[in-house]
Amino acid sequence: MTTLIIICILPIVLLYLGLYKANKALLPVTVIGLIAALGFAIAEYKTPDTAVPIYHGMMLFNNFSVVFSSIAIVTTILILLLSGGYFEKISNHVAEYYAIMLFSLAGIIVMVSYYNLTMMFIGIEIMSVSLYILAGIKKSDFASNEAALKYFLMGAFSTGFLLFGITLIYGSTGSFSLEVIRDWVVAHPHIDPMFYTGIGLIIVGLCFKVGAAPFHFWTPDVYEGSPTLITAFMSTVVKTAGFAAFLRLFSACFAPLSDFWAPILLVITVATLFIGNITALYQQSFKRMLAFSSISHAGYLLFAIVALGSASANSVFIYATAYSVASIIAFGGLILVQQQSGNDSFESFNGLAKKNPFLALVLTVSMLSLAGIPLTAGFIGKFFMFTGALSRYQFWLVIIAVINAIISIFYYFRVIVAMYFRSAERTELVVPAYYKVVFAISALATIIIGIYPDFISRFI
Amino acid sequence: MTVSILIFLPVIAAVIVAFLKNSAARYAALFFSIAELAIAGLFLSKFVPDATTQFAIDVPWIAKFGIYFSAGIDGISMIMVLLTTILVPLIILSTFSHEYKNSGAFYALILFMQAGMLVVFTALDGFLFYVGWEAALIPIYFICALWGGENRIRITLKFFIYTFAGSLFMLVALIYLYLQSPDKTFSIHTFYALKLTAPQQSWVFLAFFLAFAIKMPVFPFHTWQPDTYTEAPTGGTMMLSGIMLKMGIYGVIRWLIPNAPLGLVHWQTLITILAVIGIVYASIIAFQQKDGKRLVAYSSIAHVGLIAAGLFVVNVQGLQGAMVQMLSHGINVVGMFFIWDIISRRLGTRDISQLGGIAKVAPKFAIAFLIIVLGTVGLPLTNGFVGEFLLIDSMFQYSAGHYQNLTIVIFAGSTIILGAVYMLRMYKNVMQGELNELTAKFTDISGSEQLVLGIICVLIIAMGVYPQPILHISEAAVTNLISSLNGKLIF
Repeated sequence: MTTLIIICILPIVLLYLGLYKANKALLPVTVIGLIAALGFAIAEYKTPDTAVPIYHGMMLFNNFSVVFSSIAIVTTILILLLSGGYFEKISNHVAEYYAIMLFSLAGIIVMVSYYNLTMMFIGIEIMSVSLYILAGIKKSDFASNEAALKYFLMGAFSTGFLLFGITLIYGSTGSFSLEVIRDWVVAHPHIDPMFYTGIGLIIVGLCFKVGAAPFHFWTPDVYEGSPTLITAFMSTVVKTAGFAAFLRLFSACFAPLSDFWAPILLVITVATLFIGNITALYQQSFKRMLAFSSISHAGYLLFAIVALGSASANSVFIYATAYSVASIIAFGGLILVQQQSGNDSFESFNGLAKKNPFLALVLTVSMLSLAGIPLTAGFIGKFFMFTGALSRYQFWLVIIAVINAIISIFYYFRVIVAMYFRSAERTELVVPAYYKVVFAISALATIIIGIYPDFISRFI
Repeated sequence: MTVSILIFLPVIAAVIVAFLKNSAARYAALFFSIAELAIAGLFLSKFVPDATTQFAIDVPWIAKFGIYFSAGIDGISMIMVLLTTILVPLIILSTFSHEYKNSGAFYALILFMQAGMLVVFTALDGFLFYVGWEAALIPIYFICALWGGENRIRITLKFFIYTFAGSLFMLVALIYLYLQSPDKTFSIHTFYALKLTAPQQSWVFLAFFLAFAIKMPVFPFHTWQPDTYTEAPTGGTMMLSGIMLKMGIYGVIRWLIPNAPLGLVHWQTLITILAVIGIVYASIIAFQQKDGKRLVAYSSIAHVGLIAAGLFVVNVQGLQGAMVQMLSHGINVVGMFFIWDIISRRLGTRDISQLGGIAKVAPKFAIAFLIIVLGTVGLPLTNGFVGEFLLIDSMFQYSAGHYQNLTIVIFAGSTIILGAVYMLRMYKNVMQGELNELTAKFTDISGSEQLVLGIICVLIIAMGVYPQPILHISEAAVTNLISSLNGKLIF
């Protein structure tokens, strides 16, 4: 649990650094602190998994938590490395950025290691409240304000659902503890309707947080209006954590009741896939396209919960890792292109390959991975998801997913087509060294996981 | 010595070539592809033509899912390996008279594609097969889209989505077979041993068939093909038509028929009819083409239609005919596209009606063109004859006792006549007749062109006169496959 403590103390240190105008020290201190937190997280990894609940059964920092904390921390580090010079341009209060992002990360660590519904709720709220602020951090920007307000209103609403669901579960079982709830479910062959209603409301709340249709309406506007790096954070780390929390709850407590909730989630999954993909087709803005594609990826991630089984955690982990590293490249590339051309349309990528072959290459790797082409991590993620779903006889779900994978080719390849096959007058983009490092790491990770996923697929 | 050398040499070569420029890239690519051919030759010399799998490699890859890097060569794979390793140097050599921008990237993509195709032709693991299948697709997409003609962006995307869609259904079928296997592996031997019910096999068959039918292509999944062949740079067209479409035929032999024989029985008539429709339809369209490259593209659909028709009869003649015809078609179609590349590079047009009389100014070119045309129409003593004869023979065995099937066979056989009609007519219009202002400027072939066409002509005649060594390579493997099928079809 040292990880959580470090991540809680670190932002306070950063705020003091900001107070004393030590802006140059912010990034190094953050990265070093996060690496230390990562180290402590990995140190708690045990084979076989023998972790026991701690803090009177409130938390359980098992291998599942280690793995998901690690990917959250690593992704955050990569995103922060991209922030060199980015936050300074849009705000004078740089320290707050780092601090609030880390507070959000603290919430995420709680979300992946809770063992009690109250802790889940607290984790989600710590993360969300931080994000409401981050979305609106460009104080004088209209879109950013709109994003924050929308996110806050919708988020508060969904929190209500979540809390109501938790209350009903508590009313039925008399406890918030996952262990007690699970035992209660196993012991009661006839579950009363109040409990089912509770599950339904929790599904609504969690689907909102992960941006699954029909609770996705906030996603495109919030993603578009927020500063791009915050969008990157929301669509990678936050989404991964949301699914980890979702999966943890359902596999720990509600697995025996899958006859009730699986059909609901099945409908949500199919709707999410189609809405995300088909709307993404019509976007002219690269950033909005990424927002809708992130909805469709939420659909693929839901596969793991619909086809809940022993391999689900692993599938979510691989898929989320693949999606996160690819998204980091996409958002990083977007920041650079946006800075140069002033807009985020597909046209602003035209002819990029001639002037910036490296940037075009890593963006291509990222797009191929998001589209799920073999030899990239995205394919391995989809393969695990499809296998999991087919093993639960969800044939039609997989066929629908295949159709959606084909649709997604259209919009991912638009970027590749723009970069390589369309020409435009443009000057060479200056890619800062930090960016090059992050791009290289992410692209290599994408390809290595794509070629040899064995080393990463045995953690959970 | 295992097949991994054969697979990884082109990958390494691609990485090296990617960093070279202009003529250095060109010669390096040629060097590596010839080295690859030499290795294939070495394998051939050590190959024992029985039904066993040789030079096998089998190492765990994704252990958790029972996925192995498992590959090896039997008689059927050997033919495909030969096809690939012979054609790639020829194709690289044939591009020597072109100046490609970023030639390092161009040749690197060709070599990488070769590696992907060799994986497909040797894989003994379903997952590996799928990865190779897609790994061959990505480079050809970039080759076509980067160095292709005017409408390349739209047409290559159509091609990519078409083939990707087909292969995703194949992936679903592969995962399905994996989940049915008792010990949860992707091994082809486990798949062969599965006992699926007829409806299960019927679905598996359809999913595989979609992928392979798009790749070959079989009517009505062919609509991507003529456009892509026309728009792609000639090197890319040759890779597509010479080698890549054989991935579909090979897939049918290795993965479709043995895994879903009952599915085959169920769908056989429909598919044979589709294949025959494809033959006649493509021939009629080829007959009306003005653009020489498009004509060859349609003729390719017709020829592949015949291979498909013979293939789905599933007897020794049909499969042996398909093996030989794959090799012949690969060589002939590469020659044919090269001929049109030479014409369009010299004269700036591929419009048949503007040409004529070239034989008068370019005798060497005329001889080579004629030999390739004769090989394509399947004249006896050329390579095309052996395959077509075996395929039509197998079709007649299929019709024995079934009067209605005879009609199908007669239509299938019409490919020889129709093919001769449009091919010889094309030759006549291009090479004979009066010289015009345009064609008078035509200069005869020389240098690398002469070498490529010379090799192709020698192969056409050598294989036509004495096909026995090639038939011998795959015979035991094909016979074994058929006998194991007959075991499965007893109810």
